[in-house]
Amino acid sequence: MANLNINIGKLQLKNPVMTASGTFGYGTEFSDFFDISRIGGIFVKGTTLRDRQGNPYPRMVETPSGMLNAVGLQNKGIDYFINHIYPTVKNIDTNIIVNVSGSTIKEYVETAEKLNSLEKIPAIELNISCPNVKEGGMAFGTNCLSAAQVVKVVRRVYKNELIVKLSPNVTDISEIALAVEAEGADSVSLINTLLGMAIDSEKRTPILSTITGGLSGPAVKPIALRMVWEVAQAVKIPVIGMGGIMNAADAIEFMLAGASAIQIGTANFIDPTVSIKVLDGINDYLDRHGYKSVTEIIGALEI
Amino acid sequence: MKKFMLDLIVKKNEVLNNQYSLLILTSHNKLPEMLPGQFAEVRVDHSPTTFLRRPISINYIDYETNELWLLIQIVGDGTRKMYELKAGDTLNLIFPLGNSFSLPEKKDARILLIGGGVGIAPLLFWGSYLKERGYTCNFLLGGRSKDNLLQLCEFERFGNVYTTTEDGSHGECGFVTQHSLLKASNFDYIYTCGPTPMMKAVASYASKTKANCEVSLENTMACGFGACLCCVTDTTEGHLCVCTEGPVFNITKLKWQI
Repeated sequence: MANLNINIGKLQLKNPVMTASGTFGYGTEFSDFFDISRIGGIFVKGTTLRDRQGNPYPRMVETPSGMLNAVGLQNKGIDYFINHIYPTVKNIDTNIIVNVSGSTIKEYVETAEKLNSLEKIPAIELNISCPNVKEGGMAFGTNCLSAAQVVKVVRRVYKNELIVKLSPNVTDISEIALAVEAEGADSVSLINTLLGMAIDSEKRTPILSTITGGLSGPAVKPIALRMVWEVAQAVKIPVIGMGGIMNAADAIEFMLAGASAIQIGTANFIDPTVSIKVLDGINDYLDRHGYKSVTEIIGALEI
Repeated sequence: MKKFMLDLIVKKNEVLNNQYSLLILTSHNKLPEMLPGQFAEVRVDHSPTTFLRRPISINYIDYETNELWLLIQIVGDGTRKMYELKAGDTLNLIFPLGNSFSLPEKKDARILLIGGGVGIAPLLFWGSYLKERGYTCNFLLGGRSKDNLLQLCEFERFGNVYTTTEDGSHGECGFVTQHSLLKASNFDYIYTCGPTPMMKAVASYASKTKANCEVSLENTMACGFGACLCCVTDTTEGHLCVCTEGPVFNITKLKWQI
């Protein structure tokens, strides 16, 4: 059996398989199905400074090989997380990483500051790419200057591993990646969802309450893979790849393209045990190809 | 209640008419315990246009014969695949999911279960559960025509059955809320499942007659177990997931204009 350990900057992972924010709740929703401590990390639901109710229903539409969502960062706020959720999740024997979002830079900073003091939260994922909120979110992540600005101020207050989650809704994702790297991001994760839309032709109305939403699932995988490949070549910091991963082969493709680790998102809704299957599949692949360590396949694409 | 993801075996798929079938599932192992009102998330294989699972109410459970019943109505490609399943096929389910209906406080409570179309599905299990515990049930079932009135014989095992059809082909003509039973009798507890306009009309009747009323919602879901937060409904406690906090809600908790 190959060595599956991976380091993402200061973050030590027992294996490269993690679950994406907004698709895995706080982990405990999945503990009936498998031992969630076996995976490398859990990115918990997007957290903001204050309680957010999210967008009105309908928030989801099934699409060809994927889905559109417009949840809009529904969460009970960082203080609720610290007081009511952290005491439980801190006992899960894997990396618990909090995805942080905000409407203003000040909100990002205050939320990140509060997370500094939590011993069992080794990293945050700065979400500058949520397409479903009116202010903040993706607005920060689609422009080099604003992306750099929010990373710069959060970097000043946040001491642990700072992962920045990038938006694919840009002309050149490498430019954004370089801009956040220059301001001290320790790693980048990509892609967040692609902005999309669905229409009910019979009623002549949009299906989502917000008209547009974020597309995820295997439909986006080729785009995500291309973007991970581009970013991995552009930056020196580690890249965490995601976007439509449904099985081990998909995950391996992302690693060959340059991702040091991967996140599984939408697939969790269809098979809550998918992350373990991906982990086992990566293991088989490494054995089959005679690799001693999973690090050997990172960026091993032959062109 | 522990959730499972299991491959169940199709024991029989009984075609009720060209729109509905009764899918009878079984397992080599003992089926887990479940409660009336709960549902399953069904994975639909070999349907290229069906990406997500489909939430389907638990219609009935028989622990002795180890059978789990799902009532299927063809709505799109996913449910059509389920309608076409044959004995011996397997079907992957995540279940049991969601909460359940709540028992009336007193055994002599006057109870009415109102269902419309395929929405009658969870009421059969609920009716059997109530009867087993010594309650007396009345069922008021409605459909567009007699083809949409399903499982009447099954319901008759567990209580008095009243029907309405919009075309008058079975029972009284009109909507369930126009049935003479509602004028003639009073009920302490009303449970309903069906199209939203019907449930709102029932909720309005219940609220006027001061009956305790629970409705079973069926919002669009991605996961079914509280991870995606897509299926929310607006309540007095804010947005709540229908899959974990529901599907059964007391009408006093919902922000319905009734």
